[in-house]
Amino acid sequence: MTATTARETAVVSPQTTWKRRLPPKVIAGRIGSYVMLIVLAAIYIFPFIVSVASSLKTNAEATQQPLRLVPETLTFAAYERLFTDVPLLSWTVNSALVTICVTIGRVFFGSLAGYALSRLQWRGRALVFAGIIAIMAVPSVVLLIPRFLILYQLGIYDTYVGMIVPLLVDATTVFIMKNFFESIPESVEEAARIDGAGVFRTFWSVVLPMARPALITVFILAFQGSWNEFAHFIVSRQDPDLHTLTTGVATLVSGQLGSGNQYPIQLAAAVLMTIPVAVLFFIFQRHIMSTAEGAEKG
Amino acid sequence: MTSLARPRSRGLRGNEGPFGWLFTLPAILILGIFLVIPILLAIWVSFSNWNGLGPPVGGQAEFVGTANYAEVLTQPGLARRDFGIAIRNNLYYVLFVVPTQTAVALFLAVQVNRKVLKARGFFRTAFYFPSVTSSVAITVVFLYLFGASGVVNGVLNWLRIKGPNWFADPRGVFHIVLGWLGVDGVPSFLAGEGPLGVTWWEWVAGPSVAMTALITLAVFTTSGTFMLLFLAGLQAIGQDIEEAALVDGAGPIRKFFSVTLPMLKPTLFTVLTLGLIATWQVFDQIYLAGGGAPAKTTLTPAFLAYEASFEGLRWGRGAAISFILFGIIVVLTAFQRWVLRDREGGSRRSRRRAGRMAQARAVAATTPAGHGTGGGGSE
Repeated sequence: MTATTARETAVVSPQTTWKRRLPPKVIAGRIGSYVMLIVLAAIYIFPFIVSVASSLKTNAEATQQPLRLVPETLTFAAYERLFTDVPLLSWTVNSALVTICVTIGRVFFGSLAGYALSRLQWRGRALVFAGIIAIMAVPSVVLLIPRFLILYQLGIYDTYVGMIVPLLVDATTVFIMKNFFESIPESVEEAARIDGAGVFRTFWSVVLPMARPALITVFILAFQGSWNEFAHFIVSRQDPDLHTLTTGVATLVSGQLGSGNQYPIQLAAAVLMTIPVAVLFFIFQRHIMSTAEGAEKG
Repeated sequence: MTSLARPRSRGLRGNEGPFGWLFTLPAILILGIFLVIPILLAIWVSFSNWNGLGPPVGGQAEFVGTANYAEVLTQPGLARRDFGIAIRNNLYYVLFVVPTQTAVALFLAVQVNRKVLKARGFFRTAFYFPSVTSSVAITVVFLYLFGASGVVNGVLNWLRIKGPNWFADPRGVFHIVLGWLGVDGVPSFLAGEGPLGVTWWEWVAGPSVAMTALITLAVFTTSGTFMLLFLAGLQAIGQDIEEAALVDGAGPIRKFFSVTLPMLKPTLFTVLTLGLIATWQVFDQIYLAGGGAPAKTTLTPAFLAYEASFEGLRWGRGAAISFILFGIIVVLTAFQRWVLRDREGGSRRSRRRAGRMAQARAVAATTPAGHGTGGGGSE
């Protein structure tokens, strides 16, 4: 990340000198590439604009005039129906509950385990870490049926416990936290220990605050992962009262609403459920972009 | 001096053993109970005839040997045929999605990495944003875009092209192309039965029109994530080498293929591997787009396993399909690793690569096509 800024400043001077005598061919090429990028960006953004626009149309207009970006008859009927005909509120409450619990659990348990695996000296450390790595290699879709089996066997199928607890720990989170803790100098901890702080105290009030960048990364992953989670809630419950936004909206698609395609209400639900992750994305945009860059430099 | 030395001699880090176990206990318990034990349970179920009644262990389920595996792999019948069709569908999905998403991601990364580009932040955001949305929301949007009178067909209409009814069209695209070339019926040499009870003619059908819409969806939602990975790789290469190539008189295209691309090899490896693993697991989009419809042409092994278990109550078969899928992913990843192996390789290099893969997959886990992060944090 620092390399980027350093390079950018270094490049500024020759660039400004080039600019004065750019041959027409280069200028044309540059305009061409801007046009191409703008068209591409438009293609990437367009589906979202269309969704918002069509969610504000009548059923008939959404079907017949999909390309019209300003609805002929602007109506919030789809949004109203989401709160009257459809228990969207209950879905949202369930999603929020799951997301809050899972995010707290993943961040807390992930940092605890990551700390123990990176900074504490104990027998069994290598073994536990090898286990975590092995678990990371298991494709998640393969776990759908096994997950159902254990929830059923333990009698927690169709409960909040069954929906939340299996997601509370995530091997990738442990791995990220472990890697980050390894970069914190040991002297920091030793100073705390000499001052008489216990192991947990040292972890909680000295090391953890220093791990802020990694905690943000893990927080974003956990929030987004649990808010967007779908497959686990398909196999861990069937009670309609336990629908989350993802499984609830899926029932809208499978035509629970009766005749017709009902596009506006489906799109309205898709728009609403995207808002929390979109807000998260825009708050942490800079962090997300640089996380990926850091990932490759390690 | 002595006051400092004393605690250290007793071991400043002396008695950490209990804490090590205590700190990792929640992780060990939850991953053990909801990941390791379930897999063992599912291995048992895949060798049993459990039908969903009573507990899977200690109930009425009986050991049936490899019958469930035989049903989908060797025994002629509907179960094997469905599995064969699902493998074919997913194979085409992988063959189309992985190269396309990699190429698009690399192209976008090169474009938004250029120093002269204004509003780079805007472009990066635009290309990355689809990656943060949920698979459910984005599939809903695509079902609308690719509807019979949807946005895509509306645009095609401007160009005087009559678009197909995407999600209801089971025709394979290779069959369509062959039809244009005048191949109307099934050529006799392709009429025979191929692997898994699926005729050769069906094997060469290509992805169905419905599947191409899902392929487009996958490229749309993953290219942003992989663009970020490539962007990171490009920035690690640095400007000097690129400029040196320009000074040497290489044109931009030549420079890309002879300087940039070879240096991006590690990133390329990561992206291809993550793409391969994720595309074999496609489930959410299939579920929402009609569970294999039309005519089973979007059926995938992951969905088939779910369907056999939860709808057909053939839990043994569902579990067996899951493990076969696991095997496919492991074998193909190993094969790809071997094909793209680093000839200079060393253990240090591969360890660095393992670390990079783990972090990259964490980033990639945010994409809907990557199936979310829920399943034990794996891709």
